Amino acid sequence: MRSRWSYVYFLFYLLLGIVLLFLNNDLSKAVITLMNVIIILVPLIGTVFGVMYYYNSREFTELLLAQPLKRSSIFLGQYFGVAVSLSMSLVIGLGLPFIFYGIFNSSAIWDFSLLLISGAFLTFIFTALAFVIALANENKIKGFGYAILLWLFMAVIYDGLFLMSLIYFEDYPLDKFSLATTMLNPVDLSRVLILLKLDISALLGYTGAVFQKFFGTSLGLIISTSMLILWVVIPTGIIYRMAKRKDF
Amino acid sequence: MIKIECLHKKFGANQVLKGIDLEIKKGGIFAVLGPNGSGKTTLIKSILGMVIPNSGSIKIDESVVRNNWKYRSDINYLPQIANFPGNLKVKELINMIKDLRTRKKADDQYLIELFRLESYMDKKLSSLSGGTKQKVNLVLTFMFDSPLIILDEPTTGLDPISHIRLKELIKTEKTKGKTILITSHIMSFVEEIADEIVFLLEGEIYFKGSISQLKSKTEQPDFEHAIASILTTSDA
Repeated sequence: MRSRWSYVYFLFYLLLGIVLLFLNNDLSKAVITLMNVIIILVPLIGTVFGVMYYYNSREFTELLLAQPLKRSSIFLGQYFGVAVSLSMSLVIGLGLPFIFYGIFNSSAIWDFSLLLISGAFLTFIFTALAFVIALANENKIKGFGYAILLWLFMAVIYDGLFLMSLIYFEDYPLDKFSLATTMLNPVDLSRVLILLKLDISALLGYTGAVFQKFFGTSLGLIISTSMLILWVVIPTGIIYRMAKRKDF
Repeated sequence: MIKIECLHKKFGANQVLKGIDLEIKKGGIFAVLGPNGSGKTTLIKSILGMVIPNSGSIKIDESVVRNNWKYRSDINYLPQIANFPGNLKVKELINMIKDLRTRKKADDQYLIELFRLESYMDKKLSSLSGGTKQKVNLVLTFMFDSPLIILDEPTTGLDPISHIRLKELIKTEKTKGKTILITSHIMSFVEEIADEIVFLLEGEIYFKGSISQLKSKTEQPDFEHAIASILTTSDA
């Protein structure tokens, strides 16, 4: 089940990469289009696959639990299995067409690798969150519902709320507030990171405009990368703790 | 062998185990009996560490079960419902479990022949019937040589001939000095093989002892009626 779908996912990215390159004929433009796809699609696929995999392999998990294996290694193994295979599909699927197109000789190489790295981060983050949701909910339908809601919230609603709050509190200094809010959402954070790297302020929404100063510096880059790492580590820690306590 | 002290387990508001104290000595066949929902499977899963008790302790050969996993290499467990990943072949599943327990010598070929599973080895698990799945389950359970064997409803779905073979298999394991823990609702099966029974009622141990002790306690001539009398008197 898992392997078949990760091939489909891989082929999808391969195709997407090829089509974009042929239509655009320009590497950095292709990277921008890709970014818009990745920012929305990667979290969605990560959540859906994570939840689906957990529920599908439940029986198998029960079989493994009766074997002399450590609980945490069963669950973390499953999580990393899903997350790594999804990120591999993303990185290889997109990487191949770009390599053939000659990304190595282009100035867009750094933008492109940043795109792939944040894509991989998003995969890990959302797969971990999906596992947390699935572990917390015995009921498949509920689990799926919460997972989709989480995605919708992070990818769409969060931005809307953010903008509304900016408009509402117009009269106050908002730099720090908006910085913090962006940091708290991995989707926004990766979007801002990539956009700033691409140096196309025209495309920046209000979300991004505030931070050009902050993220342009190496300190900003370090802080935002560590935020992304935190976003991976914390849910993974929660998986670890939940797996230790859960009854089967 | 197994020492359980003051074991409590709640699922939400449902108190399943209410202070179980149980000691099971090495060697022999122990049957855990009780009506549906009396906590048999929960007790077994607690021993395996699949269910984490609210309080109380379980020790197996002096090692504490909680947060430990190494002890499970000395346990063979047959789950109540044989749920296997459907996309695997029987052969692949058996090999995979063997890989997980590399330290043990696996005697799967003998069991596959015993339960006539040769022709199913290349079939997917999702295409097997309930009884055949149970046979695969039995092969997985009995193929390792462990001192403790736990069987949760081993007879489910088996045809009469496999039933007889299973009984023989359990008896030979017993002669090797192993401890075998069984739950079952088939009283004739329990009566035939069990040395000692533990009767659970609403999360507590109602009776522990041999079948003849149970008969004299309830003043019933046969085992099935003895069990039935416990159930009717407890309801009243």
